[in-house]
Amino acid sequence: MAAPLFILIGNRKLVLLLTQLVCWTVFGITVALLSRMQYGPISYELGGWPSPYGIVYNVDYLSAFVMLFVSGLGAIVITYAPKSIDKEVHHSKHTLFYASYLLCMTGLLGMCITGDLFNVFVFLEISSLSSYALISLGKTRRAPLAALHYLIIGTVGATFFLIGIGLLYQMTGTLNMADIASRIQAVDSSRTMLVAFAFMTVGLFIKMAVFPLHTWLPNAYTYAPSVVTCFIAATATKVSVYAFIRLIYVIFTPQFAFERLPLDQALMAFSLVGIFVASAAAIYQTNIKRLLAYSSVAQIGYMLLGISMSNVGGLTAGITHMFNHALIKGGLFMVVGCFALRIGSLKLEDLRGAGKTMPLTSFAWVLGGLGLIGVPMTAGFVSKWLLLTSALSLELWPVAVLMLLSSLLAVVYIWRVVEILYFSPASHLAQTAKEAPMAMLIPTYIVIGSTIVFGCWTVYSAGIAHAAAESLLGISQMGGVQ
Amino acid sequence: MTPENLIWIAMLLPLVAIALVFIVGEKSPNVRESCTIGIAVTLFWVTTRLASFVFSGGRPSFKMGEILPGFEIAFTVEPLGMLFALVASGLWILTTVYAIGYMRGHHEKNQTRFYACFASAIFAALAAAFAANLFTLFVAYELMTISTYPLVTHHGDEKAKKGGRIYLGILLSTSVAFFMLAIAWTWTVAGTLDFTPGGILAQPNIDGKISDFQLSVLLGLFAFGIGKAAIMPFHRWLPAAMVAPTPVSALLHAVAVVKVGVFTILKVSIYIFGIDLISETRLGEGANPIMMSDWLCYLAGATILLASLVAMTKDNLKARLAYSTVSQLAYITLGAALATPDSVIGGGMHIAMHAVGKITLFFCAGAIYVGAHKTNISDMRGLGRAMPLTMGAFLLATLSIIGLPPGGGAWSKWFLALGTVQTGHFWLLAALMVSSLLNIAYLIPIPIRAFMTPVGETPMKFKEAPMMCVVPLCITAVGSVVLFFFGNEIYDVLLPIATSTR
Repeated sequence: MAAPLFILIGNRKLVLLLTQLVCWTVFGITVALLSRMQYGPISYELGGWPSPYGIVYNVDYLSAFVMLFVSGLGAIVITYAPKSIDKEVHHSKHTLFYASYLLCMTGLLGMCITGDLFNVFVFLEISSLSSYALISLGKTRRAPLAALHYLIIGTVGATFFLIGIGLLYQMTGTLNMADIASRIQAVDSSRTMLVAFAFMTVGLFIKMAVFPLHTWLPNAYTYAPSVVTCFIAATATKVSVYAFIRLIYVIFTPQFAFERLPLDQALMAFSLVGIFVASAAAIYQTNIKRLLAYSSVAQIGYMLLGISMSNVGGLTAGITHMFNHALIKGGLFMVVGCFALRIGSLKLEDLRGAGKTMPLTSFAWVLGGLGLIGVPMTAGFVSKWLLLTSALSLELWPVAVLMLLSSLLAVVYIWRVVEILYFSPASHLAQTAKEAPMAMLIPTYIVIGSTIVFGCWTVYSAGIAHAAAESLLGISQMGGVQ
Repeated sequence: MTPENLIWIAMLLPLVAIALVFIVGEKSPNVRESCTIGIAVTLFWVTTRLASFVFSGGRPSFKMGEILPGFEIAFTVEPLGMLFALVASGLWILTTVYAIGYMRGHHEKNQTRFYACFASAIFAALAAAFAANLFTLFVAYELMTISTYPLVTHHGDEKAKKGGRIYLGILLSTSVAFFMLAIAWTWTVAGTLDFTPGGILAQPNIDGKISDFQLSVLLGLFAFGIGKAAIMPFHRWLPAAMVAPTPVSALLHAVAVVKVGVFTILKVSIYIFGIDLISETRLGEGANPIMMSDWLCYLAGATILLASLVAMTKDNLKARLAYSTVSQLAYITLGAALATPDSVIGGGMHIAMHAVGKITLFFCAGAIYVGAHKTNISDMRGLGRAMPLTMGAFLLATLSIIGLPPGGGAWSKWFLALGTVQTGHFWLLAALMVSSLLNIAYLIPIPIRAFMTPVGETPMKFKEAPMMCVVPLCITAVGSVVLFFFGNEIYDVLLPIATSTR
């Protein structure tokens, strides 16, 4: 059942149709995987070597859920892609683009599925390297520079992660996650463990773009081709968040992370400061992609906030927000891609008055934006509500108040764009623009529409996230008993 | 049809109207408007059917579905909400007729969007009126904010943009920062959000989950979070929203939007806190402990007076009416905060009385604008000769707003005054009386000037606004007087909400 990886690696035919076919197949497989979850977690021993000696692939609720939305968004973005790619990527590089896209997806899915810590690193590097390549395909000359910036910082992050793995291996003598978790009790007080934990956390923080380690993200998102931004923004940082959840809740135990270390307070402080600073930065951007990029940094803060609460409610909120934000941000970047195709510029001043000439695209922005703000009946509200109630049940008053205040900043930056789209005299670029083609609008509306669907009907978002959170905390409690 | 079915039919009708308006669109304005009117009439008929059932003691309910475990979208109709729904749906018909006259007389653009947003605002008002729990009410409340934003910014110019920004900014921020927090807090301590006769917070208070002082803070979060009730200092959005076309100001800012605000406050006071809990919880030690809602009473009293004073300084008619609305809304908040049976009934009655009176005044302001192109009060000398019907209606509605018989407003003010006396708030009684005087001072001169002052050099000819504008405003003016004679009936209808106990 761990086949998605093999399919991906086996089919490096660089044709668009095949890519789409592969993406949708993978999506189908992940749906099947998730539906199997009610019968318990699945594991697959790679090459027939029994764990903990060989590499083992594990699927539980959390990983199946993350894989589901990664592959789902990957599939829908690639369906949306062709027209945008035609315009934004040089023709000679199309095959390269599709190859990197699939590789990147392989890496991301691999990170979710593997039960081996070193394997996580390998897949992390696969996805990172291919995303460097994807970003550098942007047409402006700044794209390679942004990719290089990301490459340097990203490599530092990955190396930190590797150092952490090395130290862990030294202490426990195994790389299998479950195995580490069971052996960690014996050694968890040593300083080496603390250092290992610190290295891995910082490494992942860089990948997640947690404030203040986010500097690579705005440039990378802004100068990458629109399709790449859609995909990476919706999935890459989320998968790092996933790895971080694994790290805290499965490998190291919450007891270790939150009781011995003051990680919960630290995380909470980091995420709140990050939410405010990044949202404020988003307000002052003049490029719509960069605006969304800063908003992404802020939204990562909400996910961490949920994780830092270390109870079922908070973790559910964090995981739900991963999913909801992937949809919302993916959808919004797809809207931006439509603007890029028809208007050719993403400066806010050039988008003035586009509400008249591109009504459907602009309306999609409004809907997605409402989701980002967290208006009731949108997906953003569900996760914010879960976060709020679990903060209140822990009596974290300042956190609850700050969280609500921060969402007001989202109102400001989203509505600034809405006013520009609808109430400003049209710029000459927007005046002559046509509505985006249906081939792009339909996928965009599917994603944006799903944010509304998952705002009203949460069995498959918050419900699964809840199951995942319970199983994670259940596992860690068993670990404590052993 | 069972009453349960009537609920969803009532809420479906505005949605059908939206769809029809979009389908017909600009191709045939006459068909489009007749669709709206047809649906509005049907809706009114449905709500009256429902009302006859609810007022005789029924409490039909209807469940839509669960969003998160424990948070459902569900509807239960009780008298207060029924009254609000009746007022909103009844006035929708008249406003649509009026809007046809106004929008065409004025050659406004984007009329399709206008009628569609209008219908969605009515949908939000009905959903709020029928909401069975705080969560549903919150959803409807936010829907109302968003669906009315395009109406406020209808003209799309710089001024509309600025007004829209203040409108959305204040309403969205207060609701997210305070209202949502208050709801989440209520959920955490009470474990439910259902509107329950007698309130849901009394038991947690006894169990020690929420102290008396915290209750007072929670009430504050609600009072400020429900920005649509326009308690100072969060009232600025209301005057800002006056950039909208007049039919919008009339229905939304005299009826739907602001009334959703005060309606929510009443609901919270009656069904979340429970009026017994509010009036029996005392803060402070010693011989004279104060009521936990005292500060809100005085804040509402201050809003009543200050807004009236500001209204006197405004020369623009719509701006003056806007501040008058702020003042009148605070009456209803006061009724909720005093929390005696009479005061909440007075508050509930005032929703209806003020709605009918204020919509007439706004209709008149619009008719004057369409007929005579005047917006400033100082220019309206002698206008009564040109527009006798409009100005006559204005005079009748003014009586109701001031609270003089035979205006309907007399009853609601009477019950509110009883409430202040019963709780010993004599300063607030004085505030009510002074406010009535102020109302006289800023409203009565307008018709007097229009009828009595000599015209000056150019004598005005008889020139009323289009019939589509004048007929609705005459109907509502007469309505505000008719309500005076039905004061007793409304009291009986609302009595169950005030006497329902734990």
